[in-house]
Amino acid sequence: MNKFEPLIIGFLCKWCASAAADLAGTSRLQYPSNLRPIMVNCSGFIDTSYILRALLEGADGVLIAACHPGDCHYVDGNLKARRRIAIIKNSIRALSLEPERIRFEFISTSEGAKFARVVREFTEQIRALGPNPLKGDER
Amino acid sequence: MPERIGVFVCHCGKNIAGSVDVNKVRERAAGLPSVVHAEDYVFMCSDPGQDLIRRAIQEKELDGIVVAACSPFLHEETWRNLAKKAGLNPYLVEVANIREWVAWPHSDDKKKATEKAIKMVEAAVAKLRSDKPLQLMRIPVNKSVLIIGGGIAGIQAALDVAEAGLKVYLVEKDPSIGGKMAQLSETFPTLDCPQCILTPKMTELAHHPNVTLMTYSEVEEVTGSAGNFKIKVRKKATFVNWDKCIGCGLCMRVCPVEVPSEYEIGIANRKAIYIPFPQAVPDKAVIDPISCLRLKYGKGCGLCAKECPSRAIDFENNEKFEELKVGAIIVATGFEVMEASNFPEYGSGRYKDVITSLQFERLLAPSGPTQGKVIRPSDGRVPKQVVFIQCVGSRDPENWNPYCSKICCMYTAKQALLYKEAVPDGQAYIFYIDIRADGKGYEEFIHRAMSEQKIIYIRGKVAKIYEEGDKLKVIAVDTITDKKIEINADLVVLATAAIPSPGIQELARKLRLQLSEGGWLREAHLKLRPMETLTKGIFIAGAAQFPKDITDTVAQASAAAAKAISFLTRGYVEKEPLVAKVDEDICSGCGNCVSICPYEAVELTDEGVAKVDEALCEGCGACTAACTAGAISLVNYDKRQLFDLISTLVGR
Repeated sequence: MNKFEPLIIGFLCKWCASAAADLAGTSRLQYPSNLRPIMVNCSGFIDTSYILRALLEGADGVLIAACHPGDCHYVDGNLKARRRIAIIKNSIRALSLEPERIRFEFISTSEGAKFARVVREFTEQIRALGPNPLKGDER
Repeated sequence: MPERIGVFVCHCGKNIAGSVDVNKVRERAAGLPSVVHAEDYVFMCSDPGQDLIRRAIQEKELDGIVVAACSPFLHEETWRNLAKKAGLNPYLVEVANIREWVAWPHSDDKKKATEKAIKMVEAAVAKLRSDKPLQLMRIPVNKSVLIIGGGIAGIQAALDVAEAGLKVYLVEKDPSIGGKMAQLSETFPTLDCPQCILTPKMTELAHHPNVTLMTYSEVEEVTGSAGNFKIKVRKKATFVNWDKCIGCGLCMRVCPVEVPSEYEIGIANRKAIYIPFPQAVPDKAVIDPISCLRLKYGKGCGLCAKECPSRAIDFENNEKFEELKVGAIIVATGFEVMEASNFPEYGSGRYKDVITSLQFERLLAPSGPTQGKVIRPSDGRVPKQVVFIQCVGSRDPENWNPYCSKICCMYTAKQALLYKEAVPDGQAYIFYIDIRADGKGYEEFIHRAMSEQKIIYIRGKVAKIYEEGDKLKVIAVDTITDKKIEINADLVVLATAAIPSPGIQELARKLRLQLSEGGWLREAHLKLRPMETLTKGIFIAGAAQFPKDITDTVAQASAAAAKAISFLTRGYVEKEPLVAKVDEDICSGCGNCVSICPYEAVELTDEGVAKVDEALCEGCGACTAACTAGAISLVNYDKRQLFDLISTLVGR
């Protein structure tokens, strides 16, 4: 029996989370390769349709990582993202999806270790949750 | 939109090739839609590597490239410049970060790492296929510089910028410039007095035609961006008309209220109306409204106003706001030192004769409250046994700061030396963890303290101090001999840790700067861009970045000034064209984008559609997520591109 390998789409803001992911790499921290990252300028840019698209396409989880409150390079894009994500988490119940498939984290430039830990945790969390129910059997 | 794409896969020696099958990545890339060329090479960023890309662009007539290599933070600029030189629009370049994001964190599983690297390249190609060529925007700059902080860093930076012919505004929160350096007795390792080397600079600055000094002022609000910042400065209420005040100090003589002086760090008092120190620049008085009787009760006293020969005192709240327009900002907000009250093992600040080293500076200073006579704060006696403790709050990750405060080894040696000069029959003991003396003439200075003045250095940390009679019992362990040590001290001087200025968090927020661990300002790159920040047009000087001695502070201040000057003298800033654009056919004029934009870069036109001011737009994309119609999008990050990216990455 094949072990379920979750596929996770990650939206990483350029100024904090992306740099933290760089730091995790530079520090040679190992974390599961299940995360497929997309760098965006700011978490405030992340339209809920992107998260929905990822889930509808069959991603098992979506991670959004932003600067800590007060650290946003664009004033408060991270707080806008947090609000938006709180709403979308609730809305995906309508698609029979668990809100836990979406995770929002504040990760600063210096938190390479936190980035690695969050990816590790989230991968395991999604693994426990099982495959995205919207996904066909063929995958 | 690129239809002849080249993909270049870097091995980065073994950094990538060691955990990613680069051949396989190249093979898979070659088969992707629109990809007409794929190559791999050991070091893409090397000259031959760059040459290989340049040739491919020209010979294969590529109209877009993907470089699968290290983080875009390192080399995106390199690839863009290269593309430009090869005749390709620099915005038709995408980077797939397969080193920091793939090879390094997944080095334990080559198969999975390779799989992920392929996906990342696929995604980059998918995005590139819809990228549009863009042109850098050129925006004229305001050739003036705001310097925040008037310590030695701010002063040096201001002088350098002003000398280059640019206009300088220096904003200082205290009534006078001078900062910490003005509080010091002498400076290591040369033992120059700050009055001799700092005061002339302060005066020069005050009289420089290109400099506007704004002391007793704070930055209230910052808008705009690199080249064109708008600054709102709050000039705090002085209750004294500085145009009239001649700095004679008669007011201070008659004022009946005494409170601890900030400048003397509580070692001596000042009046409710005061000029912080005799060499203050500007030499103007302010009234502290908390302790002034007249201001507190709204009537009575007024002795200073009666005495003032120039009728400068008005008791009216003269707080003012002023708007500045500057092209660049240098942050030089310096540091603070921890207070003795933080350390219960050393009496939590209850023992009068346990003081911080900054307080001891005032006791040593010839211009200080005791004219340089070293006495105990408790009873005014000359202390004969003085214990210095280094690393108080520094190098103590369990309790306080993990970092080394950098300056304490040197100033403690200096203070012990100066103490011995003042009290030749006294004995100085220094408790230390290591001695760090890594500057020009520093090691020699320490040796001078040890050999000439017979200062006793003891490796070890003091566990406890308690009062016994009129002595302070210092209990410690010498970690070289492992012996317990007890000293009956008259005075204990704590080299407390350097910490960031208390206002730095709020200021960083206003300036959109990041902080490093410990709360110091984060530089753009610790080694290569230590005086720049990640916010274009904003630079750092001095201890605001991390504790530094005066030598390094001055060097960094001049470096920051040079950066600001070179940034502004070109006359324009090049701005990334990655801004929001409106599709007027779809825009309904709801105004969501207008209200969400943190930069006031979007407005509704008379025709009722949104319009973006590209000079103000920072490209955050908040508006794109707020637009219900999908009418506003970020250039080269439009919704379709994001959907393509997502679909590609999800596809298995």
